[in-house]
Amino acid sequence: MVNVKVEFLGGLDAIFGKQRVHKIKMDKEDPVTVGDLIDHIVSTMINNPNDVSIFIEDDSIRPGIITLINDTDWELEGEKDYILEDGDIISFTSTLHGG
Amino acid sequence: MSFTAPSDPVNKPTKVKVSQLCELCHSRKALIRRPKNLSKLCKQCFCLVFETEIHNTIVANNLFQRGEKVAVGASGGKDSTVLAHMLKLLNDRYDYGIEIVLLSIDEGIIGYRDDSLATVKRNQQQYGLPLEIFSFKDLYDWTMDEIVSVAGIRNSCTYCGVFRRQSLDRGAAKLGISHVVTGHNADDMAETVLMNILRGDVARLEKSTAIITQSSGSPIKRSKPFKYSYQKEIVLYAHYMKLDYFSTECTYAPEAFRGTAREYMKNLEAVRPSCIIDIIQSGENLALKAKKSNARKRVVKFVDGNRCARCGYLSSNNICKACMLLEGLEKSRAQVAIENDTSADGAALKLRALEKLSF
Repeated sequence: MVNVKVEFLGGLDAIFGKQRVHKIKMDKEDPVTVGDLIDHIVSTMINNPNDVSIFIEDDSIRPGIITLINDTDWELEGEKDYILEDGDIISFTSTLHGG
Repeated sequence: MSFTAPSDPVNKPTKVKVSQLCELCHSRKALIRRPKNLSKLCKQCFCLVFETEIHNTIVANNLFQRGEKVAVGASGGKDSTVLAHMLKLLNDRYDYGIEIVLLSIDEGIIGYRDDSLATVKRNQQQYGLPLEIFSFKDLYDWTMDEIVSVAGIRNSCTYCGVFRRQSLDRGAAKLGISHVVTGHNADDMAETVLMNILRGDVARLEKSTAIITQSSGSPIKRSKPFKYSYQKEIVLYAHYMKLDYFSTECTYAPEAFRGTAREYMKNLEAVRPSCIIDIIQSGENLALKAKKSNARKRVVKFVDGNRCARCGYLSSNNICKACMLLEGLEKSRAQVAIENDTSADGAALKLRALEKLSF
């Protein structure tokens, strides 16, 4: 079980009730990965099913959304396989919204 | 609406492997991998390298002259916010000797532009730069909300695009500024190159990668210091520097058409991140063989620096596009002209709400 903070930035908050910061408790047994977190977000936090495609494409985060784990690009942390620790901050920032 | 900065990480990296270190300072953990060349950098090195690259672009292309007054086209969005911050920073650091003014256009879209202008006003305070706002209402006597109520939501981007482009020039001219800087980035430019190739738009293709554009006869020149800057790096830079930007999609942007070319580019970038800079490079080196007979015809037909017979704005035709659109609009207004009519205000929001209704 881990407690993490998730932030939706760059306009992504629009599909999460306009709330940028979410505290999330993952009840799953350790280890909990970022992949588990994403599944949790998709299944419980996106209210409108049509919005899922804004966040997910081909079973991963949509290209154009920057995923940071404690300010580090998730590409450098093993992407979905990263094992979450208490207090980690995961942020998703859209680069696709208006310029 | 106020600004909340992204949170700083609380968990500090404990055991950092040598392979995870920044390739420049070799002392801090690398946080990003640059899409341009895949080098892994820490936060501090990335910000410095990013700033320096833009400085190099500015110097190599001789963008600014000492004593010049420069208007930054500021929408409150990420690109223009980073641009305003960056120009202020570089002007102080390298002493370009330019005077920077934020220039915003208020299209009159309630629920969108009023919020983003609030961001620009905060930027004005944060960076200590003067701000000038020109509105469609003042310049054309139409707000976008009114235009949409007459012309429909489908055509909104056509009107907005034509009027906004002119407005920036008109605004700058009124302020006595002859140089407008915009936040167009590498992604935008690569997208334009791709679209011009797909459309076979030969005339635009050669000009589309120019960093400075100026028509002969126009006193206003435009430049794009972010020409080689990746959207991703601009957003990361804004994130690390905790810059305050506005990121809501325009209420009129028809979602179905939103950036097919952009989507394609993002998928390309996922496979090979350097593709964006590669496309720009290709665009720059593309030289079209001049067709002599055609070229002569064009000189007769199209004179650069031609002016609109009505408003005097630069135009390739007798009447400029904006005046033509306005004429069409005025015809429709006769039917709906009511004193102090506010029915069009916030039309975008209402339409949005209606679209979401289900029974």
